Amino acid sequence: MDKRMHESDVIAEIQDGMTIGIGGWGSRRKPMSLVRAILRSDLKDLTVVTYGGPDAGLLCKYGKVRKLIYGFVSLDSIPLEPHFRQARQAGSFRAAELDEGMLQWGLRAAAHRLPFLPCRAGLGSDVVTVNPELRRVISPYDDGEELIAMPALELDVALIHMNRADKLGNGQFLGPDPYFDDLFCHAAKRRFMSCEKIVASEDFQKEGSVQTVSINRLMVDGVIEAPGGAHFTECTPDYGRDEAFQREYAATAKDPEAWEAFKARYLDADSEADYQKAVQEAAKTR
Amino acid sequence: MSEITRAEVCAVAIAEAFRDDGETLMSAFGTTPTVGGRLAKLTFAPDLFMTDGIATGIESVPPVSGPPRDDLVKSAWMPFRLFFDNVVWTTNRHVMMMASQIDQYGNQNFACIGPHEKPKAQLLGMRGAPGNTLYHATSYFVPNHSAKVFVEKVDVVSGVGYDRAAALGETTSRFHDIRRVVSNLGVFDFATPDNRMRLVSVHPGVGVEDVVANTAFELVIEGDVPETRTPSDEELHLIRDVLDPEGLINKEVRD
Repeated sequence: MDKRMHESDVIAEIQDGMTIGIGGWGSRRKPMSLVRAILRSDLKDLTVVTYGGPDAGLLCKYGKVRKLIYGFVSLDSIPLEPHFRQARQAGSFRAAELDEGMLQWGLRAAAHRLPFLPCRAGLGSDVVTVNPELRRVISPYDDGEELIAMPALELDVALIHMNRADKLGNGQFLGPDPYFDDLFCHAAKRRFMSCEKIVASEDFQKEGSVQTVSINRLMVDGVIEAPGGAHFTECTPDYGRDEAFQREYAATAKDPEAWEAFKARYLDADSEADYQKAVQEAAKTR
Repeated sequence: MSEITRAEVCAVAIAEAFRDDGETLMSAFGTTPTVGGRLAKLTFAPDLFMTDGIATGIESVPPVSGPPRDDLVKSAWMPFRLFFDNVVWTTNRHVMMMASQIDQYGNQNFACIGPHEKPKAQLLGMRGAPGNTLYHATSYFVPNHSAKVFVEKVDVVSGVGYDRAAALGETTSRFHDIRRVVSNLGVFDFATPDNRMRLVSVHPGVGVEDVVANTAFELVIEGDVPETRTPSDEELHLIRDVLDPEGLINKEVRD
């Protein structure tokens, strides 16, 4: 069995209007090479589910997003994602803003093939007014509590990035947090995992304990080797966040000319390899 | 010692908010709340549990700034998912969040300013505020007290206040507990018959009339309002030499 493929093979599996879940958290271990491949494509009208970082910012900036399902969008060291803010303030997509825990609950419902999970978080807040499609359920037990029926967030496609993977589709995180990548995979029909490095299955244990292989091959349909694929988000211990690059990215939100220059320099590249080359050249002159 | 700053008074007022919490997760967002929460742990609330802000529970109490430390005593794995599985939805946490807007019942907004469908200013988003406020103790910190922050009506409710919690009924609101609001002008709570915000103390150098003039709703004010206590010498030492040697809190809260 060999599930290795390229970014372009993933794009070929995505269609306009699909619901895409993106792993990682904020500006941490995001499958950015796959996000960049979407930016280069003609794909549009996507529904994106994410613990949002620059994935959300860039997809919104490019007008790829019809609906964003999220609890927050942040660059961590820069608390507010300026490109996301700009798109929000222009009203350019439907914002399904949830409590962070509700997002997990919706993914978990989808993972377990349940229509919904009962949820208290959100009640009393404007989560219920800005998401009028949320319905209620009454506990059938003596407490009779009325709760939100958090609907399953069923995904057409999940995209995640791991530190190591084998060609079978097992994946390993070597940083401090698995985030919700496993739930994104369980909630999706098709699951694509990029990684810093493809290793032989027998080499996982040289890298970390067995518990760090949190993604097993039943959860994955395609594996993409993408060194630097999470750039400019952090991917510890392989690399930290590229703060200088992130600042450059963030600063372009205020200045259309700077954005065009940034886009031309990095994102208009024909391939992920060209992007990585442009990043390396920029780092030399910085 | 040099003169006590307003930020240092705030840090102690924040520490006081965590005083009687016992063994719970202390989560504080913002520089001054971080310093205040850690001050409580170093002094009168040693059983507080805290994290490194990444994915680990720690038993040491590091300063609020400086390079990542490799001498932290890491005692437990606390990835993000455990916040829902282990502390938030199991109610064992006291969080202090910032508020871009707050009203007289403690409804808080840090999601956006203006209408949600097309905001004038997108802020953090709902984050965990809706769940936090229904599940465990919550306090707020406002470094810039004004009538634009202490408002009649918040634009969007991210954190649930007392009037909305009451409307949910006793079962759903049984863990709802907005403890305290600390601003650069004073300390507030909701210990009133109808849970409206009450002025507990004013910081040294602040008049009750200053607080009233900068608040868009009517505060509950009972008799003579005391002054917020000032830091002890030991607390000043901990703030200045241990927790915040760069004096960052004085950039968040100006005198």
